[in-house]
Amino acid sequence: MMSYRLGVDVGGTFTDCLLIDEERGSAVTAKVLSTPADPSVGVLDGITLVCERAGANARDIAHVLHGTTVATNAILTGSGARVGLVTTQGYRQVLQIARSFVPGALSGWVLYNKSEPLAALECTVEVSERISATGEIVDPLDEVQARQALRSLRARQIESLTISLINAYANGTHEQRLRILAAEELPGLPVSLSSEVIPEMQEYERTITTVANSYVRPVVETYVRNIKTELAKTMREPKLHILRSDGGLASAQAAGHYPVNLLMSGPAGGVSGAIWVAGQAGYQNLLTFDMGGTSTDVALVQDGKAQLRRETTVGDVTVRASSVDVRSVGAGGGSIAHVPELTAALRVGPHSAGADPGPACYGQGGHEPTVTDANLVLGYLPAATRLGGEMVLDLAAAEQAVGTVARGMGMSVKQAAAGIIDIVNEKMFSALRLISVQQGIDPRDYALTAFGGAGPLHANALARLLGAWPVIIPRGPGVLCAYGDATTRLRNETSRTLLRPFSQLETADVITVCDELAQAAARALDAENVPRADQTTSFEVDVRYHGQGTLLTLELGRQELRHGGLVGVGERFDRLHEQLYTFALDSGRELVNIRAVVQGTATTVTPYRADPGDGNPARAAMGEQPVFLNNTDRPAVVYDRARLCAQDVIRGPAIVMEMDSTSLILSDHIGRVDAYGNILITPDA
Amino acid sequence: MPATIIETNPQAHTPLPRVPVDPITLDLIENGLVAAREQMDALLFRTAMSPIIRDQRDGFPVITSRDGKLLAGQFGSPVHGFTERYDGTIEEGDIFLTSDPYECDGAISHANDWLVCMPVFKNGRLINWSAMFGHMADIGGKVPGSIPTDSEQIFEEGICIPPVKIFSKGVLQEEILRVILHNCRIPEWNRGDFHSIVAACRMAASRCVEMAERFGEAVYVSALHDLLDRNRRAMQKLISETITEEKRYFEDYICDDGMGMGPYKIACSLWREGERIVFDFNDTDPQSVGAINFLLSEQMFRMFCGQFMINFFDPQILLNDGFFDLVDVRIPEGCLLKPLKPAALSSRTHALARIFDVLSGLLGQSNPDYMCAAGFSDSPHLMYSGYDQDGDWFLLFQIGFGGIPGKPGGDGPDGHSLWPKFMNVPNEFIESYFPVRIECYETIPDSGGPGLHRGGNAMNVGYRFLAPGVLSIHDDRWLTYPWGVRGGLPGGRSTKIIERTDGRRELLPSKCDRVRVEVGDKLLFKTWGGGGWGNPLERPAHKVAADVDRGLVTREGAKRYGVVLRDDLSVDEPATTALRVELARQRGPAQLFDFGSSITELKARCKQETGFDPPQPPTFAAWVRARQGKTQVVSHANGRQPVSASTETEYTGEIPLSELRAK
Repeated sequence: MMSYRLGVDVGGTFTDCLLIDEERGSAVTAKVLSTPADPSVGVLDGITLVCERAGANARDIAHVLHGTTVATNAILTGSGARVGLVTTQGYRQVLQIARSFVPGALSGWVLYNKSEPLAALECTVEVSERISATGEIVDPLDEVQARQALRSLRARQIESLTISLINAYANGTHEQRLRILAAEELPGLPVSLSSEVIPEMQEYERTITTVANSYVRPVVETYVRNIKTELAKTMREPKLHILRSDGGLASAQAAGHYPVNLLMSGPAGGVSGAIWVAGQAGYQNLLTFDMGGTSTDVALVQDGKAQLRRETTVGDVTVRASSVDVRSVGAGGGSIAHVPELTAALRVGPHSAGADPGPACYGQGGHEPTVTDANLVLGYLPAATRLGGEMVLDLAAAEQAVGTVARGMGMSVKQAAAGIIDIVNEKMFSALRLISVQQGIDPRDYALTAFGGAGPLHANALARLLGAWPVIIPRGPGVLCAYGDATTRLRNETSRTLLRPFSQLETADVITVCDELAQAAARALDAENVPRADQTTSFEVDVRYHGQGTLLTLELGRQELRHGGLVGVGERFDRLHEQLYTFALDSGRELVNIRAVVQGTATTVTPYRADPGDGNPARAAMGEQPVFLNNTDRPAVVYDRARLCAQDVIRGPAIVMEMDSTSLILSDHIGRVDAYGNILITPDA
Repeated sequence: MPATIIETNPQAHTPLPRVPVDPITLDLIENGLVAAREQMDALLFRTAMSPIIRDQRDGFPVITSRDGKLLAGQFGSPVHGFTERYDGTIEEGDIFLTSDPYECDGAISHANDWLVCMPVFKNGRLINWSAMFGHMADIGGKVPGSIPTDSEQIFEEGICIPPVKIFSKGVLQEEILRVILHNCRIPEWNRGDFHSIVAACRMAASRCVEMAERFGEAVYVSALHDLLDRNRRAMQKLISETITEEKRYFEDYICDDGMGMGPYKIACSLWREGERIVFDFNDTDPQSVGAINFLLSEQMFRMFCGQFMINFFDPQILLNDGFFDLVDVRIPEGCLLKPLKPAALSSRTHALARIFDVLSGLLGQSNPDYMCAAGFSDSPHLMYSGYDQDGDWFLLFQIGFGGIPGKPGGDGPDGHSLWPKFMNVPNEFIESYFPVRIECYETIPDSGGPGLHRGGNAMNVGYRFLAPGVLSIHDDRWLTYPWGVRGGLPGGRSTKIIERTDGRRELLPSKCDRVRVEVGDKLLFKTWGGGGWGNPLERPAHKVAADVDRGLVTREGAKRYGVVLRDDLSVDEPATTALRVELARQRGPAQLFDFGSSITELKARCKQETGFDPPQPPTFAAWVRARQGKTQVVSHANGRQPVSASTETEYTGEIPLSELRAK
């Protein structure tokens, strides 16, 4: 019997599907228009089309793998659930006060308006109880008072509930008891406990993370349920998995219960896809560069593994949840350029025209000059481009908009446009430096993988700033994410805060904790019928010098711990500290958290292969177009990516167009098409 | 004897040619400096040891030009003052350390701040300086935390490090560091934080060198000049458009000096003379015999002022020294803001903070549209030290937070920091490391000044002590109010109460040391709120009702907005309308400032309202007068003439200042 895996990526414009024959590993793709009102419609269209192309029966799809931005969007648009919050007495305002931090420079408070907390203060109640930092019960839970407090939330029409008590990371019994009381007093509400979602120290961070979980939980659960229902109409009990922020896969049920782990699901799909695609091209060390309309995401990949971070930020909400360490900078195609009269400096961003009204050239009412307008003015984005296959770009409107900046700066329109590109590139360069140079990593040892609507337009210039070669431009950004979704592995992690100096720890105790955590983490994969033999377990420890606030995370094998012991871990920590911060200390080291990560096996997929060519891309040429480079107009050949073949060599300046993105190859650079259809840009030696 | 700078490049003494820099390159270099400054912060906060730097982020970076002009940073450039006084060579690989405010023109303002300065060389030529200071949790001295409230000389405030070469040609001078650390109660914190600061300075240095490499030295250095010029042009325009030639005056107070005297007046006049703006502190009180003196760096004051003014127009600008000659700061020697050595400085946080209120009050008079209320500008301290169960000595150092002022754009946040970057320390962290339980961490209803835009609420933090120990407290605004503006009412004042295990409740003064606590005692550390902005009677009633529902304002407190609520907290419209009419009649037309009461009235009601006797009028030291005019006055950057030291106050021995009156 045939068996298929299906990767699905729902983007703003297109929904991409990737169908993999599980036995042969062969893959077929399909691209259809997204249906924002009900994304599942687009998904089903895509499935129909991809099955048609593959000659497959949808009933034979055994696994559906999906990256989703539904949790992210709920936070960004403020459309999550109304959350009730239960805190320890004296801590009702934990979200109101947060970390007391005001962003900006000196007197930044003058312009700062704090957003409303994710759980409204009027929906927050206190219970009388207290647990000490070491987990002892100082004051028992007053159940009569607690019931009363919970009942008082009835009138608030809350849709989900968070219980987050002080020091619950050290002892969750009061939270667990409150869950039982809540089930009686507020029946039917989904309840999230801080001691389960993120049993780590720091009351604000643990509370906001758990509240964020409650906030997106109803919408994610509904979304997952709808997709399952729709899939069930054409398939036989497919197993649905959702891509987590950390690039692993979660079961539909785990995704529904702990959706705070999905906030970076979308970007994680892109990074996972980039890892897979670049791996085919022979590159394991990457800087990924995903430039969209309002922001640019960059990430570091070492030895084929994305760097993870213990923190996820969406909008102005930062939670403690592992995610692919994607750094976002507020610079994208829609970033608006302006010249403050007072300083006559050229500023790009942080404001963005977004998709609506969008850049001036969209002709949707936007009049301010954006990065996309600058690209159009410079000829990097040919005027004949049809964005999303249909939108016509208005060059005159772009020139007029950029003209306002040019006048402010006393330059020609093209010079001003080139300035806008330089400034925005510089911002993205800073983000790429942050994940490379500033972590002691030499970008010259890395390839730059570019995707997103605008990534391929800017990648060549950024690689030149970084010295990161080659630039790898995979085919189609949407397909890339679908590849990411389909090729990642099942993953689960469990963690515990230890907070003990190395001097008070025995290696054997640490191994015991690791084993307990591994057992707990394995259960989620057991539930997915992944045999233990196919599960791989690894560990992470968070270490710091006693007194420091920030943690460094070390990945650890059980064997390494057994042989090298804590001494070995300490030495590795010192080396990493020195690499990152130029110094190590002889202060005592402290083990803060331990995590176990259990993963399933990876899927084998046969990559797409481009048709072989003769090295001459002339067959794909669509015409010529002047591009403004180094202060002069030069003719650039415009190519149709669909007609490029393997081994084709493109000399810059050149433009390569495809349905959902455009690539720019600068003068003195060449682009080679590899066997898999990627374009690899390098300086023309 | 000024320092000798040794540059190995034979051409170094010929300045690099000033070449034209295209505007885009200029912006790129500006962005590069911004990024370098941010990275200095990031590195320090990630690696520092003491909670005061790590979480509360009391550390500040600076990058200057070759000649010490500040290019990026939030405090005054320390380079000039320090190179004037350091009697030795400055070579590639050298790094300097000082903690003496009197040796760097107040670039740091107390000896707890350790300032690291690093010359940046490229090809044997000095191109920049990077510098950073961080607040050390303890530097020895007579009280834990090293900031006594009752010191009379800086020598009581722990070890004071003159400018010394701590790295010589790249080599750490271990013995100097050993001497210094030997004087500190928690040397491992100082050592860790010191290395973090050095690492941050080195990181900024390499960013500068990389930029000079990428753009070429001549272009890079010319761009630095251009950036200074651009700032000057922008500020020149701003000054001429927003500051009138008419003289404005504003005064505010430090409630007391911790020795029973006060309040102390900080007064400033502001006017424009041609293209220059003048701040004249001539009417400020003389230096205190206690520790509330604040050695105000004039450069830093210019920075504050520039930041305040420019925020509305181009918040992305990188403020630098370029405009500094346009701002004339006149501070008489021997006054509270320019005390003579060895005046004590350890309680300087209050005057430092009040400077912002004064600045806001002055600039706001010219531009009421941009005006903000007074707010929680202090960083009050709590220190709790003792021996824990294992016999180890501990020191908990906490900075308090409070109500941000009401402002044109909206309400002031509750329990936040007016200072950039500062964050509170997680209570779970504190409970894990110190013998204390934090039983409440909340804001105080009604402590934010009512206004169309409400001032933020003050904090109430309840500490239950689990080991015997001693407390030190630094706070202010217990007597005077954080004022409201444009009809907004003042915010609430601070209090400190200790509840003993036998049920006694003791009021603690806002500045005190060596308060003994036993196991089970509880301290309620209450800070102050932000003043209100705009007429509270115009605040939409539903917003007031929502604040009551959230517990941020009480039902009774809502009446100060003229809002009457029913038992279910819905707005009683007819009663509200009636009350608002009545209050509008009582309050009369909105005043620009609402100080709550005159100083005379505050003092008269002091005992009744605060439980404390009113502070006595300050007396001042005769030696200050004798020294005035004799001290060597170091001229300041930009070639500005030092301000003459003259004050209206008569000194004949120790004289009580006549009763102060609020304007």
